[in-house]
Amino acid sequence: MSEIIRLTTPLKDEDIVKLKVGDNVLISGVIYTARDAAHKRMIEALEKGEPLPFDVKGQIIYYVGPSPARPGRSIGAAGPTTSYRMNPYAPKLIALGLKGMIGKGKMSDEVKEYCQKYKAIYFGAVGGAGALLAERIKSAEVIAYEDLGPEAVRKLVVEDFPAIVVYDTHGGDLEEMGKLQYRE
Amino acid sequence: MRVVDVSEITEAVAKLCIDANYNLPEDVYEALKRALDEEKSPVGKSVLKMIIENADLAREGVAPICQDCGLGVVFIEIGQDVHLVGGSLKEAIFEGVRRGYREGYLRKSTCHPFTRANVGDNTPPVIHYDIVPGDKIRIVVAPKGGGSENMSMVTMLKPADGLQGVIETVVKRVDEAGGNPCPPIIVGVGVGGTFERSAFLAKKALLRHVGKPNPDMELAKIEKIMLERINKLGIGPMGWGGTVTALAVHFEMEPVHIASLPVAININCHAARHKEIVI
Repeated sequence: MSEIIRLTTPLKDEDIVKLKVGDNVLISGVIYTARDAAHKRMIEALEKGEPLPFDVKGQIIYYVGPSPARPGRSIGAAGPTTSYRMNPYAPKLIALGLKGMIGKGKMSDEVKEYCQKYKAIYFGAVGGAGALLAERIKSAEVIAYEDLGPEAVRKLVVEDFPAIVVYDTHGGDLEEMGKLQYRE
Repeated sequence: MRVVDVSEITEAVAKLCIDANYNLPEDVYEALKRALDEEKSPVGKSVLKMIIENADLAREGVAPICQDCGLGVVFIEIGQDVHLVGGSLKEAIFEGVRRGYREGYLRKSTCHPFTRANVGDNTPPVIHYDIVPGDKIRIVVAPKGGGSENMSMVTMLKPADGLQGVIETVVKRVDEAGGNPCPPIIVGVGVGGTFERSAFLAKKALLRHVGKPNPDMELAKIEKIMLERINKLGIGPMGWGGTVTALAVHFEMEPVHIASLPVAININCHAARHKEIVI
């Protein structure tokens, strides 16, 4: 397995282009959460010429809808949700300067192309590891669309959040590569 | 005739919702440990280690196993010698779900299909009732996550497609699903009766202890064939490549209509949560 690479947000192009499919990374800094419903509202805001709840430039969006925090904790279980549902929205945000998405599963060829064209990374996190990933989230604050409950946009501060590069800026695709290697 | 107050049902359902979401069943935990031994991909191994560690943290009460605490699927078998008193059984189950999801800090995931407005208390659950001999009540709560449910399907094959058609359909579906349903998965396959009966059989197949073969030797053989085919796909843990894509295939079969060969595939993520109680 490859060496572990530490990344701090906001991400810069020079850090991103070095990343290759299968690289294990530990992400620290601020990241933002959004799922289907929040993405829909963000894209509608853009279409109306309204500002987004946060500036996406250089940022990472984590596709997650956490469970409620238990007393004394900043967040509940917080593993990734399936990313393909964000296919219709992700390219628009990447074009605006979004540098990373964290989720699970495949995304579209369009997203893959946008990762190359605009230099962005699609990271994978381990789905169903909600308790373990929550331990790497130091704080969580709802910053928009509170009425969406678990789907509200949250600003998270993470420390050594473990992820793997699924789509890099060179057209690589971890799912395809992995499958080729182990398919009989 | 045994009299049971429905408040007992509420209490049991609430407890089961919490138990299922924090305590991964032992059979699933053991299957994951076996998978860690068997997996050839280093990335796959590291994923499995994290999944096992996560189950330990959830059991300690850090947070539920997964943020998707599921839609509450409730199987209730009521002995025909039981007389239920104290109110509506259905409402008692609903209240159990409400209470369990609130008190257990579980995510409420039911919403309006189009406005997507969250219902707020994770109702309605999906309830499967059965009347059985005896004076006991058996309740199984199996919270089901959206990611793996989205990769499930029912299709109506032609009788001429036969067993081979069923096997190919199952393998193709798992291949298309890739990493989406959080592999290593458990695949429930149902063939029998009508459209909805097959889906029910596939769902019920997921409740079986992981890897416990169907008692019917013929069906157990089919399960083995399907599992081997699936684990040769190379999808691996989380779809990042590997030799363990499924922990088990559970196949349930019943007679069908002479015109039909319905097949249902219900996929469960590795967080295969189900807990039961007998009252």
